[in-house]
Amino acid sequence: MSLVDLHQVHKYYGDFHVLKGIDLSINAGEVISIIGKSGSGKSTLLRCINGLEAYQKGGIVVDGNEVTSEDVQVRRLALSVGMIFQNFNLFPHKTVGENVMLAPTIVLKKSKAEAEKIARNMLEKVGLAEKFDNYPDTLSGGQQQRVAIARALAMSPKVLLCDEITSALDPELVGEVLKVLETLAEEGITLILVTHEMNFAREVGNRVVFMHQGKVWEEGDPKVLLTNPQTDELKQFLGAVL
Amino acid sequence: MLYFSDLLPYSDLFFSGLMTTVELTILTTFLGIALGTSCATIKQYGHHLAKRLVTTYVELIRNTPFIVQLFFIFFGLPSIGFKLSPWEASVIALTINLGAYSTEIIRAGLNNIGKGQIEAAKVLGLNFRQMLVHVIFIPAFEKIYPALTSQCVIVMLGSAVISQISVEDLTYAANLVQSRNFRAFESYFVTAFLYLGLSVLLRFAFNLLGKRLFAFREAR
Ligand SMILES: Nc1ncnc2c1ncn2[C@@H]1O[C@H](COP(=O)(O)OP(=O)(O)O)[C@@H](O)[C@H]1O
Ligand SMILES: [Mg+2]
Repeated sequence: MSLVDLHQVHKYYGDFHVLKGIDLSINAGEVISIIGKSGSGKSTLLRCINGLEAYQKGGIVVDGNEVTSEDVQVRRLALSVGMIFQNFNLFPHKTVGENVMLAPTIVLKKSKAEAEKIARNMLEKVGLAEKFDNYPDTLSGGQQQRVAIARALAMSPKVLLCDEITSALDPELVGEVLKVLETLAEEGITLILVTHEMNFAREVGNRVVFMHQGKVWEEGDPKVLLTNPQTDELKQFLGAVL
Repeated sequence: MLYFSDLLPYSDLFFSGLMTTVELTILTTFLGIALGTSCATIKQYGHHLAKRLVTTYVELIRNTPFIVQLFFIFFGLPSIGFKLSPWEASVIALTINLGAYSTEIIRAGLNNIGKGQIEAAKVLGLNFRQMLVHVIFIPAFEKIYPALTSQCVIVMLGSAVISQISVEDLTYAANLVQSRNFRAFESYFVTAFLYLGLSVLLRFAFNLLGKRLFAFREAR
């Protein structure tokens, strides 16, 4: 059975129909790139998967659990689904180490020593071990985003959702974040990313999902889909980004 | 001619008045901020009805004079069966007063916390209480700390009114002394000076605490 399963998901903001029947099935270890124009519903889709937004019709199952957006449910999902945001959202009053240790300590109830060990490991993994005692505001955007990745990884999620996590970065800092994602992909973590990085989608991703007007318009192998788009909409979209 | 030396025989009175004011200030500052924090949290995140209740309380207090609130609690409540000592009435009145004003101040701080912080806490699995304690409160208080400090000083100074219900605070001591030795100028001059000292001390204490709580500020 797949790790993440969406079946005919419909989502409305008031009268506005954002997601119009999404079917998507993602296996453990897959790297999925979701592409599409601004406003096509990519973020909303991610936010439905981890329960940050409620959906009105259809079903989402993550790791065998039905997703609703009840608060308790979001917390249970947090154990298997991690999320990284465009604007990092690190906690400014906590050091890098404290940011990473927080959830393992108070959610997973690990001892301080244990949490610190996890935090140091994760920061090592993203290449920021030496920043343990620094405050986020003293780090570059790329470094902050890597800390955010370490923070999410500290909860050992099965799936990591990334919503345009390199879009707020200066171009020269994008590479270091993508490099970390690539390592994670190699280690076999399941990644669902909304991205504009077509090279990354092509080289690292297993599948590309093109969203248009709240629907999965086209999906398939990145190398095939990106070089040989079937629909006019995808052709147009690729023409615009490439 | 001024005769400050005429106050010397009453120095014990001044001292015990000063201590009363200090004690009351420490107690009501803690209680008032706790009340204000609770009410601000309800106003920001609570249910509709609870919000209405808090708004009513805040507006009621902010639109009536403190002395009337104090008299109502001390002289008014006994007629419906709540008999309070002057000290108890003062603690309650000052706490309720600081609670109302600080609710609005702290609320502004909570409002300042980005949605992203809350979502980050949620996706990490924190529950509401954990999110407040570990993610929201410190940055929220940092934003409004100067305003909150000033409000606490204002309430401390306003506490002079409780001498009216015969709590033996600093102002009570001043009144008593000048009625005995008729040295009004000297007595109130010294008292004003002591209040000034208390204000400075209170601000100093807040600054010290702020340095510890908001250590991350230094890093910017
Ligand atoms: N909280 C919200 N309330 C109302 N409309 C929203 C909300 N969030 C997003 N939308 C709308 O839903 C549509 C899809 O948004 P989004 O999922 O953010 O798109 P994308 O991430 O692909 O740019 C947009 O038209 C957006 O304006
Ligand atoms: Mg988006």
